[in-house]
Amino acid sequence: MKWYIAAASDVAPKVDALFFTLLAVTGIVAAAIFVLIVFFCIRYRRSAVVDRSGAPANWLPLELGWTLTPLAIFLGLFAWAAYVYGSFYRDVPGAMPIFVVGKQWMWKIEHADGRREIDEMHLPVGQPVKLVIASEDVIHSFYMPAFRLKQDAVPGRYTTLSFTPTQTGTYDLRCSEYCGTDHARMGGTITVLAPQDFAMWLEKGGTEPDMAARGFAAFRRLGCSGCHDARSSVHAPDLNGIYGRIVHLQDGRSVIADEGYIRDSILLPKRDVVVGFEPVMPSFAGQATEGDILEIIAYLKSTGKARP
Amino acid sequence: MSVIAATGQPSYLEEGFSLWSWITTRDHKRIAILYMVAITAFFFIGGAAAAMIRLELVTPRGDLVTADTYNKLFTVHGVVMVWFFLIPSIPATLGNFLIPLMIGAREVAFPRLNILSWYIYVLGGIFVIYTLIAGGVDTGWTFYTPFSTLFSNTHVVLAVMGVFVVGFSSILTGLNFIVTVHRMRAPGMTWFRMPLFVWANYATSIIMVLATPVLAMTLVLLALERVLRVGIFDPALGGDPLLFQHLFWFYSHPAVYIMVLPAMGVVSEIITCFARKRIFGYKFMCYAILGIAGFGFLVWGHHMFVSGQSMYAGMVFSALSFMVAVPSAIKVFNWTATLYKGSIAFTAPMLYALGFVGLFTVGGMTGLYLAAIALDVHLTDTYFVIAHFHYIMVGGSVMAYLGGIHYWWPKVTGRMYNEAWGRVAALIIFAGFNLTFFPQYILGYLGMPRRYHEYPPEFQVLNILSSAGASILAVGYLLPLVYLGWSLFKGPHAPPNPWDARGLEWKTSSPPPKDNFVETPAVDPVPYSYSPEVKPA
Repeated sequence: MKWYIAAASDVAPKVDALFFTLLAVTGIVAAAIFVLIVFFCIRYRRSAVVDRSGAPANWLPLELGWTLTPLAIFLGLFAWAAYVYGSFYRDVPGAMPIFVVGKQWMWKIEHADGRREIDEMHLPVGQPVKLVIASEDVIHSFYMPAFRLKQDAVPGRYTTLSFTPTQTGTYDLRCSEYCGTDHARMGGTITVLAPQDFAMWLEKGGTEPDMAARGFAAFRRLGCSGCHDARSSVHAPDLNGIYGRIVHLQDGRSVIADEGYIRDSILLPKRDVVVGFEPVMPSFAGQATEGDILEIIAYLKSTGKARP
Repeated sequence: MSVIAATGQPSYLEEGFSLWSWITTRDHKRIAILYMVAITAFFFIGGAAAAMIRLELVTPRGDLVTADTYNKLFTVHGVVMVWFFLIPSIPATLGNFLIPLMIGAREVAFPRLNILSWYIYVLGGIFVIYTLIAGGVDTGWTFYTPFSTLFSNTHVVLAVMGVFVVGFSSILTGLNFIVTVHRMRAPGMTWFRMPLFVWANYATSIIMVLATPVLAMTLVLLALERVLRVGIFDPALGGDPLLFQHLFWFYSHPAVYIMVLPAMGVVSEIITCFARKRIFGYKFMCYAILGIAGFGFLVWGHHMFVSGQSMYAGMVFSALSFMVAVPSAIKVFNWTATLYKGSIAFTAPMLYALGFVGLFTVGGMTGLYLAAIALDVHLTDTYFVIAHFHYIMVGGSVMAYLGGIHYWWPKVTGRMYNEAWGRVAALIIFAGFNLTFFPQYILGYLGMPRRYHEYPPEFQVLNILSSAGASILAVGYLLPLVYLGWSLFKGPHAPPNPWDARGLEWKTSSPPPKDNFVETPAVDPVPYSYSPEVKPA
C-alpha cells in the first residue's frame, strides 16, 4: 500500500499546495461544526437540567457573518486555483512538442524527431513540454497522476497541456475517461530521464525519419502536393510557412493557422475557405489518420522554419 | 398540545382494499405509497448492482465478472439510482403525501395528472428492466458521445428511452407541486409561514420543470444520431461531442439539487421537532433554498474542466461553483444554531437528520476541492469525485429520505415502528457509509480513476475497506425493510401527533382521512412554533 503519490512536475507542488490548504481550511471548519453539534447535543439533551431560555430565532449579524466570510474565502481560493490552471495552457517558448493520440485502448506518442512509442512516454527532466492531444475514436483522458495533470483526448479537436517534468523516475500513465471494454487497461508508464539519458534514448530510435519527413511523405501519398505544390495547375493556396500565419477567409473572418485550423482544413475543407479560392478541395476524412494529420502539421511547421 | 379529536372518518387506507382501488386512485397519499413501493424496488436493483461492483473491486484483478459486465453494472447502478430512485425519492413519496397536508389542502392541484405521472414512471421503469433483460447497456449513466452513438453495441436506445420517458413523470410532478403551492394554501398559510419542506420541494419542482425538458431533447438527439446517423455530436458526422456534455450537464447538474434540496427540507422538519426549537434564520433558509436552485443552473461546466472547453469558460464555471457553496454553508450553520439551547431527543429520525448534517458537510466541503479548477484537473474522473457525490446523494439524500420515512411513518401508516431498531439501523448505516466512501477520497487523491474494472495492486487495502463498509451498509439498508414491514402488522397504533410536532400534517388523524382534514386547520402565525422550555406531552 502506497499512501503518498510522487510530485514529479512543476505543476504538482502547486496543486498539492491547493489541496493541503483546502484540507486545512475545510478540516478546521468541519471540526468546529462537529464539535459544536456534539457539544449542543450533550449539553442540551432532553434529560439535562439546563437554562434553555432566550435563544434567538434569528440574528442578522451572525447570518451575514457566516454568509460573507465563506464568500471571501471562496473568492480567494477561486482566484488562486484559476491562476494555477491558466499555466497548464500557457505556451512556453522553447517547449518540446509531443503528440498524443488516444485510441481504444492505447496511447500512441510521437516525438518531433519521429520516435514513436505506444503506452509509454519518455521525457527529459527540466524541459518544458507541450502535449498536443487527439483521439481517433471516442473520448479518452490522458492522466498523469504524478504530474497532477489530465486532459481529455476528444475526437474532432486538439487539446493541449503544458508542464515541465521535475524529477527523474517512472510514473503511471492512465486513461481516466470511460472509453469502453478495456478502459481500465488503457495506460502504461511515463519515464522521465536525465537530459543526456534522454538524448541517448532518442538516438536508439535509430534510422526512422523524423516527424516532418514522414509528414512530407504523407503529403505526397495522400495527394496534397498534387494541388498545393507551387508547380500545380490547380488553383490552391500555397502552404509553405502557413503555420502560425493569419489566414483571411471568404466569409470575412480571419483566423490563425494553428493545429486545429489545419486539421479542420483537411477534414472539413468547405468550412474555412480562403479568400480568392474556390471550395474545390474534397474532405480527407477516412483517408488521413490522426497520425497522418499530426505528421502533416509537423511538415508544414518545418516549411515555415525553412523560409529565410 | 391539545388532543385532536378523532375525525370519525375512515382513513385513506380504508377507502378501498382491492388492487383496482389502488391503481385507479387519485388520492395524493395513495399515489405516494405507489411511488414508495416502486422506488424501493428500484433502490434494491441499483443496490444489487453496487454490491456486485464492490465485490469485484475486492481484488485488483478483474476476476469476478468480465470487463463488459462490469461496465454494464456501473451503468445500471447509475441509471437506476439517479432516475428511478434519487430524483423521485423524496418529492414523489414524502412530497406527494405531505405537501397538501402541510399547506392545509385536500388534494394536489391536478390529481389525475398525479396518477398519470406514476404510470409514466412505471413505463420508464419497464424500459429499463427490459434493457437489463435484453443484455444491458455499457455507456455509463452519462451516455457520453460518440461512445454511446457510434462505439457501443449494447442497448443504448432502449435505456435512453427509459430515461426519456421517466423524465416526463418528474416534469408532471413538478408542475403539480408548483400549482398546488401557489393555489391551494389554506387561509393564513402565507409564503413565509410555509414549512421549509414545502419551500424545498417548490424550488425542486421549478428545477424539474425547467431542466428536464433539456435532458429529453438531448436524449432524442442522441437516439437520432445513433439510429439515423444524423450528425449532431459525432465529429465524424460533423457534430461536436462537447455539445452533448453541455446539454447533458445543463440538466444533470441541477438534477443534483433535485436530489438534495428536498432532503434539506426533511432535515429542517426533523431537527426543529426533536430539538424543540424554531429553525434558526428561517428566512435565510428560504433564500438559501432559492439561491441553490438558481445558482444550480449556472455551474454545469464544472463537469468539463478537462474536456477541452475554453479555459476562460472553465474559470467562470469555477467561480460560480464556489458561489453555490455559500447558501449550502448557510444551511449547515443554521441547522447547527438551531440545536443551541434546544431540548434534544435522539430518536431514529433525529439520528438520521444529524447524520445528514455531518455527511452533507463533508460532501459539500469536498465539493470545494473540485470547484478549485486547478485541483479538479487532478481529482476529476477519480474516486475522489465518486466519494464526493456519494456523500451528498447517499450520505445526504438517502439518510434524509430514511429519516423522513421514520418521522412520518406514523402519519402515513397509522403505526409506530420499533424505536430501538430504528436507532440501531441509523447507526449501522452511518458507520457503514463512512467506511464505504471515506477511503474513496484517498483513492482518488492517489490517482485511481473511476469506472475501473481492474486497478493497480497498491490500491487494494483501501478498496477492501470500502467493500467491507458496503457490506455493513447493505445490512443497514435491509434492516428497515424488516422492522418497518413488521410494524405495518404488529406495530402499536399511532396517535395523530406522536412527536408533538407543529406542522399542519399532525393536525389530522393518523392515517389521515381521504380528504385530509375534516375542517380546514388553523395556521400558526410563525412556522415551527416549538418551545424548548416546555416538556412535550
